[in-house]
Amino acid sequence: MRNAVPVLTVVAVIFALWYGAAVVLNAPWAYDKAKRADVTLGFSELVADTWSQDKPKLPAPHQVAVEIWNTTGEMIKDGRAFSKRSLIYHAWVTFSSTMLGFLLGTGLGIALAVGIVYNRTMDMSVMPWVIASQTIPILAIAPMIIVVLNAVGISGLLPKAMISMYLSFFPVVVGMVKGLRSPGPMQLDQMRTWNASASQTFWKLRLPSSMPYLFTSLKIAMAASLVGAIVGELPTGAVAGLGARLLTGSYYGQTIQIWSALIMAATLAAVLVGLIGLMQRITLKRMGMAE
Amino acid sequence: MTGNSVISAENLSLTFETNDGPVHALKDVTLDVRKGDFVSFIGPSGCGKTTFLRCMADLEHPTGGTITVNGVSAAEARMARAYGYVFQAAGLYPWRTIGGNIRLPLEIMGYGKSEQDRRVKEVLELVDLAGFEKKYPWQLSGGMQQRASIARALAFDADILLMDEPFGALDEIVRDHLNEQLLQLWDRTEKTICFVTHSIPEAVYLSTRIVVMSPRPGRISDVIESPLPKERPLDIRDTPEFLEVAHRVRDGLRAGHSYDE
Repeated sequence: MRNAVPVLTVVAVIFALWYGAAVVLNAPWAYDKAKRADVTLGFSELVADTWSQDKPKLPAPHQVAVEIWNTTGEMIKDGRAFSKRSLIYHAWVTFSSTMLGFLLGTGLGIALAVGIVYNRTMDMSVMPWVIASQTIPILAIAPMIIVVLNAVGISGLLPKAMISMYLSFFPVVVGMVKGLRSPGPMQLDQMRTWNASASQTFWKLRLPSSMPYLFTSLKIAMAASLVGAIVGELPTGAVAGLGARLLTGSYYGQTIQIWSALIMAATLAAVLVGLIGLMQRITLKRMGMAE
Repeated sequence: MTGNSVISAENLSLTFETNDGPVHALKDVTLDVRKGDFVSFIGPSGCGKTTFLRCMADLEHPTGGTITVNGVSAAEARMARAYGYVFQAAGLYPWRTIGGNIRLPLEIMGYGKSEQDRRVKEVLELVDLAGFEKKYPWQLSGGMQQRASIARALAFDADILLMDEPFGALDEIVRDHLNEQLLQLWDRTEKTICFVTHSIPEAVYLSTRIVVMSPRPGRISDVIESPLPKERPLDIRDTPEFLEVAHRVRDGLRAGHSYDE
C-alpha cells in the first residue's frame, strides 16, 4: 500500500500533462472551427472542444479509454469479441506472431549460445555476426523478409514471426552465453574429478546455473518480439494486427484509433513481460537462486 | 617405491609460463603416500602444496617427472574415479537438496536409484548429518555444508580422499570439531587422505605424516613421521610429543623461508 502513493502521483502527473497537451495541441483546430462559425470561444468552451474532437492531434485520455472500451468490452457484450473491428481480435493476431517469434527466437538464441560455449570455432566466428545482425535497421529488412518468404511460398503468421525471432534471439544469445559460462573454475574442476561428460556438465551444472540470466534475457526478448511483430505488420499491408490498426489509423487520420492500438500494445507487452517475471520469481525461488 | 604405495611422485616438476618469466610451482618433488596414510601438506602460500594435490587429481599437468595414483597415471586414475576431492568451498548446488547434492556424483557415475539412496543415507550418517537429506544448502551452517561436501566426496567410495584446505574458511571452534570427526571418519573408512592446510596444529593433530613445503621453487623441505598414537583426543595437543612435532614443523617452515628474507 505504501507503494501506491508514489505510483498514483506519477500517474496523476502524466494525466495532467496529457490533458494539458491536448488543449494546447488541439486549440488551433478549435479556433479555426469557431472562426468559420463566427463565434468566439470562452476558455471552458475551448477546453471542452479540444477534449472532444473527432480527429484531434492528441486525443484526450478519456477519448482513448472510450474507444478501447467500444472495441473490447462492448464487443464482448455483443458476442463479437473476434470480429474484425474488435481490438481483441487484432491484439490476438499480434500476440500469436509475437509468441511464435519469441519461441523461435529463444530456441535459436539458446542453440547459438550452446554452440558458442562449446565450440571454439563458433565462439570466434558467430558473435560478430550476431551483433552485426542487430545493427541493421529492422524497418529496412522487414519488407525483404516478407517478400523473400512470400516468393518461396511462405505467408501468413510465419513471416511476421521471423521478424520477431530476428529481434528476440539477440538478448537470449548474449544472456545465455554469459549464463552458461557462469559456473566458476572450482565447479568445473569438481565435475572433472568425477570424470563427468560434457553433456552431464551441461545438464547438471551449466544449464541450471544459467537460469537467472535466461529469465532476464527472456524479458527483453519478449518486448523485442512484440516490437518485431508490430513492425512486421506495417510494411506488408497486413489487414489484421495492432500494426495494421496503427497503419490504417494513420491513413485516415484516426488518431484515437492509433492511440488505443498503442495502449493495447503497451498493455500486452506489460502483461507478457510480467508473466515472465512471475515465472522467474517462482523458478528461482524453488531453485534457491532468488536474489 | 614400496609395494603398498598409493600415490607416488618422482622428480615431479611443474612450471607455469607467465609474462614475467617461468614460475616454478613444483620442482623435483619426490614422495610416496602409503595406503591408509593421513598425509598433510603444509607451507606458506606459493609453496606448491595445492598444485601438488591438483597434480594427483589430474587437474594440473606436470611439466616434468612422473606421478602415479593406484599404480596408473593420474589421468587414468581420475577416469577410474579413484579419488574424492574436497575443495576449500563446499560448492553445493543451491537448487539441489543436501541429498540431491550427494547424489550428483552418483548420478554422473551411473549408479542405480536404490543404490544411490543407500549410499546417500550411509555417508550422511558418516558425517553426522542424518536427517538433513531433504534440507537445502542455505538452511545449513558453513560447517555443516562442508561436512555435506565431504559426504559427497565419500559417496562413491573411492579409496583416496584429497582435501584442499577444506576447513580454511571456518572458525576455530567448528574447525576443532570437524578435525575430530575427520579423524574418526578416517579411522572407520581406512581411506588414504592427502590434506592441504596452512595450520600447524591442524596438520600435527590429523596426520600420520607431515610434508613441509617451501616456495620459489615449490619443493619438499621436510617429511615428518608423527609419533602420536592413532587414538587422538583433542587434548593430545597439550602433550610434549605433540608440541615437539609442532616445533619441528615450525622449524621446517622457518628453514624454507630463511633464504629470501
